[in-house]
Amino acid sequence: MSENRTPLLHVENLKQHFRISRRFTTKAVDGISFDIYEGETYGLVGESGSGKSTTGRSIIRLYDPTDGKIIFDGRDISGKLSKEDERYLRTNMQMIFQDPMACLNPRKKISQIIAEGLEIHHICKTKEEIDERVKDVLDKVGLSSEQATRFPHQFSGGQRQRVGIARALVMNPKLVIADECISALDVSIQAQVVNLMRDIQDEMGTTYLFIAHDLSMVKYISDRIGVMHLGHIVETGTTDEIFENPIHPYTKSLLSAIPHPNPIVEKQRKSLSYNKDEEGVIYENGHEHILSETHKVLATDEEFAKWTANS
Amino acid sequence: MESTNSVKRNKSDRVLYIRDLNISFETAYGTVRAIRGVRLDLFKGETIAIVGESGSGKSVTVKTIMGILDSNGVINSGQIIYRYTDENGEQQEVDLVKMSQKDIRYKYCGKHIAMVFQDPMTSLDPTMTVGRQIMEPMREHYSISRAEAKKRAMELLEEVGIDNPDKRFKQFPHELSGGMRQRVVIAIALACDPDILICDEPTTALDVTIQAKILELIKDLQKKKGVSVIYITHDLGVVAKVADYVAVMYAGRIVEKGRINEVFYDPRHPYTWGLLSSMPDVDTNSRRLFAIPGSPPNLMEKIEGDAFAPRNPFALNIDYREEPPMYDVGGQHRVASWLCDPRAPKVDVPEELQVRIEKMKKEAEQYE
Repeated sequence: MSENRTPLLHVENLKQHFRISRRFTTKAVDGISFDIYEGETYGLVGESGSGKSTTGRSIIRLYDPTDGKIIFDGRDISGKLSKEDERYLRTNMQMIFQDPMACLNPRKKISQIIAEGLEIHHICKTKEEIDERVKDVLDKVGLSSEQATRFPHQFSGGQRQRVGIARALVMNPKLVIADECISALDVSIQAQVVNLMRDIQDEMGTTYLFIAHDLSMVKYISDRIGVMHLGHIVETGTTDEIFENPIHPYTKSLLSAIPHPNPIVEKQRKSLSYNKDEEGVIYENGHEHILSETHKVLATDEEFAKWTANS
Repeated sequence: MESTNSVKRNKSDRVLYIRDLNISFETAYGTVRAIRGVRLDLFKGETIAIVGESGSGKSVTVKTIMGILDSNGVINSGQIIYRYTDENGEQQEVDLVKMSQKDIRYKYCGKHIAMVFQDPMTSLDPTMTVGRQIMEPMREHYSISRAEAKKRAMELLEEVGIDNPDKRFKQFPHELSGGMRQRVVIAIALACDPDILICDEPTTALDVTIQAKILELIKDLQKKKGVSVIYITHDLGVVAKVADYVAVMYAGRIVEKGRINEVFYDPRHPYTWGLLSSMPDVDTNSRRLFAIPGSPPNLMEKIEGDAFAPRNPFALNIDYREEPPMYDVGGQHRVASWLCDPRAPKVDVPEELQVRIEKMKKEAEQYE
């Protein structure tokens, strides 16, 4: 699927280090590369502390990347941003946050929250145009326009997340970064939100970077998946490749940790454990092994031979 | 389907039973009827799971058992009978509803009934070392010597899978990782050898890989010590892993309960159908997830008929007028849905779910 298409987002050797003290630097993201093509969903999974959220925040430039290149729609957005590039980035890339209560200003009405981006970037000429767009986007996310005058606390968790999605979509972004946007929701509501995001993608061709720790949900929404651990992408591939033929032991342990709703099977199953130090894996030594055009694993030659021999 | 549940449900083995519990909360906006007639049994050595969305009343139920109901909560009616053997080896029976909250906490909380909370960071005291926190309940309830308590605490740390207990004993909670902290919380809960362990979403704040480890730990400890466990969760995968018996709650009522195999392989209530179908299944390739339409009802308003009716595509006329009674559908399986009435039209399980259940059964056969 990637033949000769230029990716919408190209990330190359991205590093994001945080200096804690003179002696100690946290390498939250340590040299990762991936591409996201237009209209697809790229899922980024990993445990907490693996750097997946940091990656998202570096891409949208909430942080200044330490090193590496981020090319978004043909523009380099990794260094110092020119006025024009910054404007382009801020209007065309949007983010949906994890906690729908914390990310909405409790003193503003829903309509104001959603219209804020339009006003800041002077996208609409008249007040009526803004109202029109807000109404459209509310309609799209399944909220009624009467609800536009309400405040965030008057909504349930699922509805609040819909507002968060509406706020991102009102700008007609090319790329939406969804950072754990369903983990704070109830199971039955999670499904509603995931379906909504799918429908919007089908309709508007939006591209998603979907960051989550729950592999089973990621499977539903993603076309391709990158598995992150301690600042490295240890394995990347299409959803089928990751689920059918995982190579890296960390991916395998993540997959085995998903509980299945099947009592008899689940009671007998033991999850695999993975400990980087016990296995003697040092990510810095590894390099990318290519299994197929899309499926890549980070490993040294010996590790790669060992892991592929076992499977 | 053969049952894998080893636990026999004998009336004399009941450690806790709840009858017709009704709880409401007085708020500035009116009365919230949080629990509406809950009936539940807990047997010795058994694990039950209470499943439901937030606001379905699962946490309120266990908080009442622990005597930590919020101050605006009122128990309108009902019984919570706790049966135990006291120090002299005599059978005792107490009704926790009739006791004051303070008495419950003083006499039973921690000693007989212990609880593991959701977030290990907020349930541990950041100013106390791990060791002192584990010793505290033992010294409080059994007034044993410090040296003995320390010895027990070391053993407990080892039991919950923390290596190097000497070192950990002197550490503070912030020095431990999330999974380690939750292990400490479990050690504290088990310090007084409780009969009942209540786990309120013990793994939602943890990573999936660690979640599996903690669940396996609780299961092992339960087998060793023979405690009864009540799990509160919204994750059906977790339920499948740990529970012998499931109760599905919706809007303050138990809508379906039964042995785990009965509920998972033969669900009868449309809400359970919805829950099971909306679980992302790793094996299917369908591009759309089933979602239960709408959102849970506001319990401030009076509920006419079945609370789930507005979200239920299979709702009958009567669902809007009258609340369904509990139907006995064989075995331990009880369902509160008019669809189980003999007069109701026959409604089949949605096809997609049926396919999934068939597949689950087939997979399960390989393990038997």
